[in-house]
Amino acid sequence: MKNIFKLFKKNIIGIIGLSIFMFFVLVAIFADQLAPYDPMEIQFFAEGGVKRLLSPSMGHLLGTTYMGRDIFSQMVIGTRIAVLVGVISAVCVAFIGTNIGLIAGYFGGIVERILMGIVDVMYGIPFLPFALILVSVLGPGVQNVILAIVLITWRNSSRVIRAQVLSLKNRTFIEAAKLSGASDFRILYKHIAPNVVPVSLIYVSTSMASAIMSESSISFLGLGDPMQVSWGRILFTCYQSQAMFKAPWWVLPPGIAITLLVLSGYMMGRAFEEIANPKLRER
Amino acid sequence: MNENGSKVIETINLKKEFSVKVKNKGKIRETRVLKAIDGINLHVYEGETLGLVGESGCGKTTTAKVLLGLYPPSSGKIMLEGDDISHLNRSQMKSFRKQAQMVFQDPYESLNPRFKIKHTLMEPLEIHGIGKNKKERYEMAKKILGEAGLRPAEQFMERFPHEMSGGQRQRVAIARALVLEPTFLIADEPVSMLDVSIRAGILKLLRSMIAERKLAGIVISHDISLIRYISDRTAVMYLGKIVEQANTEALIKKRYHPYSEALLEAAPNPDPEVKFSLEKIKGEAPNAVDIPSGCRFHPRCPKCMEICKEVEPKEIEIEEGHMVMCHLYGGAGNE
Amino acid sequence: MTLLDVQKLSIEYRLSDGKLRAVDQVSLKLESGDVLGLVGESGCGKSTLVKGIINLLPSNGRIIEGDIVFEDVVLNKLSKESMRKKRWKEISLITQSAMNSLNPVYRVGDQIAEVIIEHEKVGKRSAMEKAEELFDLVGLDRGRLQDYPHQFSGGMKQRAIIAMSLALNPKLIIADEPTTALDVIVQSQILERMNNLLKGYSGSMILVTHDVSVVAQTCTKVAVMYGGKIVEYGDVVQVLKKPNHPYTMGLKNAFPSLIGEKRELVSISGTPPDLSKEILGCRFAERCPFVIERCKGMSLEKTEVENGYFYCIRHAEKEELRKRADLPETWESEV
Repeated sequence: MKNIFKLFKKNIIGIIGLSIFMFFVLVAIFADQLAPYDPMEIQFFAEGGVKRLLSPSMGHLLGTTYMGRDIFSQMVIGTRIAVLVGVISAVCVAFIGTNIGLIAGYFGGIVERILMGIVDVMYGIPFLPFALILVSVLGPGVQNVILAIVLITWRNSSRVIRAQVLSLKNRTFIEAAKLSGASDFRILYKHIAPNVVPVSLIYVSTSMASAIMSESSISFLGLGDPMQVSWGRILFTCYQSQAMFKAPWWVLPPGIAITLLVLSGYMMGRAFEEIANPKLRER
Repeated sequence: MNENGSKVIETINLKKEFSVKVKNKGKIRETRVLKAIDGINLHVYEGETLGLVGESGCGKTTTAKVLLGLYPPSSGKIMLEGDDISHLNRSQMKSFRKQAQMVFQDPYESLNPRFKIKHTLMEPLEIHGIGKNKKERYEMAKKILGEAGLRPAEQFMERFPHEMSGGQRQRVAIARALVLEPTFLIADEPVSMLDVSIRAGILKLLRSMIAERKLAGIVISHDISLIRYISDRTAVMYLGKIVEQANTEALIKKRYHPYSEALLEAAPNPDPEVKFSLEKIKGEAPNAVDIPSGCRFHPRCPKCMEICKEVEPKEIEIEEGHMVMCHLYGGAGNE
Repeated sequence: MTLLDVQKLSIEYRLSDGKLRAVDQVSLKLESGDVLGLVGESGCGKSTLVKGIINLLPSNGRIIEGDIVFEDVVLNKLSKESMRKKRWKEISLITQSAMNSLNPVYRVGDQIAEVIIEHEKVGKRSAMEKAEELFDLVGLDRGRLQDYPHQFSGGMKQRAIIAMSLALNPKLIIADEPTTALDVIVQSQILERMNNLLKGYSGSMILVTHDVSVVAQTCTKVAVMYGGKIVEYGDVVQVLKKPNHPYTMGLKNAFPSLIGEKRELVSISGTPPDLSKEILGCRFAERCPFVIERCKGMSLEKTEVENGYFYCIRHAEKEELRKRADLPETWESEV
């Protein structure tokens, strides 16, 4: 682990990705302090009129929406959902995918055939329709969005992890561990798992990116939690208000933020890829 | 040493078969039986090292894995200090693991690259609950590492495998095999991946550890000239059978089986004035799926007779303790 | 006639933290018909040297001084393209893993014919005839030309590669551990074939190996490399029977032999020098049992002998040192 950290520190792309990601994490943590207004509160002029579609100014850094809400505050509070969805689904995806891959690869035989069969079925399920149906059945809400993302994306990592385990389990040091009496559990989690960590980390970072993207898509399609502000939801209300082309200050910030956060995930993923595969590092 | 020691490990007509899928000429897949070990009898005394030589694919590594319980035998018996260990249940297997250990060929592969040496050495102790606590296990590991020639041991304990040379790693592997105080030890080509200039040191270490700790040692190699420096007795294996077995020096001076003869004659010698000879053997060994009829060596044998093609020879004791399986020396017919 | 003349060649590798001089001012001459054995431990620079000669250094390796002259052509000044043309036709390379370089989706015969067609501009039929002849020469059955690589055993693949590299009768073959992965009998068979083939058209070979026995059996000349330098060079009988450099003495006595009485093997303690640091004086000094104050720090002294040379400051006492080097006690030290 120490080694992974050391190599990561030397990777410029990884460090840039991590910095962007940490920036959003900090914004999410201190969102309440940073947001000047309640994001759902309708702002009025002193004389009583609604502050409809104001362009950016000192009072409203990113302007206001059609309903007169402060976009900067919405962006800041929306970061929470993005980071939360990203981190939780990434960790769950990596955890499930890695374990399924480890178990399938190590035990082989019928266990492997069943697990990989499930993976094959999962590959047959198109993501967006599945997520839309799941969310409309279970009701909108962050937890259901995360559930939909996790249920679908674990398939990606499990296959790759399994392939890694297949090559690791035939290495002599695994045989040596068996000969000293180590149980299957010990071999799996003490000897094999640490060797697949860099590969798992690739999936943590890239599934973080894709989870954020998915959450935005679901919210944009209007299936997000109406009580919660998220970047996708900002885009959705903008689209609904037919202000896409009238108010660039409304569309661009969530668009740029999504792109940046997703990019940061892929940048960290790429750094882990170079760590997992030393051949990429030499160039 | 042979006379007064007791047999630690013994095999009786041990067989191991695998079923393999072979693509036939007509591209139809059929399942055939690969006889990796085809009825071997061997034994090792306390404090003694038996060398097992033969070409790749002759079944020597399978023999090691069956003896260590990594594969169950197809038939026959393995006796460890008088007890039949050929079929063990889970808990018996765990206590058997303490008694049988192995040193692998490639020291670059056999140590977990993410474990410090101390973790590699302390893990077996932890698994078997030996030593009261971490500190005691650390001391035990340190002691064995020092005995394996890595001093100062406390310094080597903190290293990772990639910070060590091949020879040092192989010493760690030997220490790991011995930390559980096994009764028997197998080394599979223990020096073939190491530099020539340090091989003798590793062989010497293995030999003295086996003798001092009164273990039963089996050393596997394709190179009979190396076997000479470590083993008391040598068994020559060909396609799953032991064709000759004797005291090592006796075997080198007087070999009876034409295959042993060929193996010895073909070995290159460091003396440029003594050239190897290939007159005693033809071609390459067939694979273990198509074992020839009669004596399995007959298609390559320069002394092949009619009977060799039909009848499998029996093992006979041609001199005291010198077993050979060849029609040249009578004893026709197998059961 | 001088075929290959390597003049004061130095090769450096760029590393993430500095440089490593893998080959340091090596000079070497090869006459046509010579079979030169290049022996040394792993990391001594032997593989780098031959890769430098054939212009196949990895991207971080670079020739920093010296020239390689092959029949009046300076190889290191050739363009990539003209070197590529020379490579099969005049100089060919066989490596330890060469057997894995056969393309699995083409028949072996077609792959050999391909090389012949490309370089000799002949038709498919005459190329296949040539391939058949080559298979006869390396001891493979002509019928197997129609097989795919996976139907071959390791030894057969290596033979096929040798057949391919001999296809154009190259003047020089560079063989880097060509038989290390193979069994003793197969190894001897292949070495014998190669030798006979070369004699047939008086081709030359550089055989890179760690195995002194292989050199003794195959080569006419030998160069012993240590720490990036050739420490001793000469006729094979001279060098291996009466070594002049202490390292050669140790290496020779580290090798097991099947001939004569069993003697103790020598193990040279210590590890080879770290070539990323500058070393003054003799590179073997750290491990040499005969080291004296003058060995370190002084520039090297070359001693010419008949058909060869060596670098050792105590050259005057070589008879005496040789006697002492035969005793295993000389080489013993703490670990």
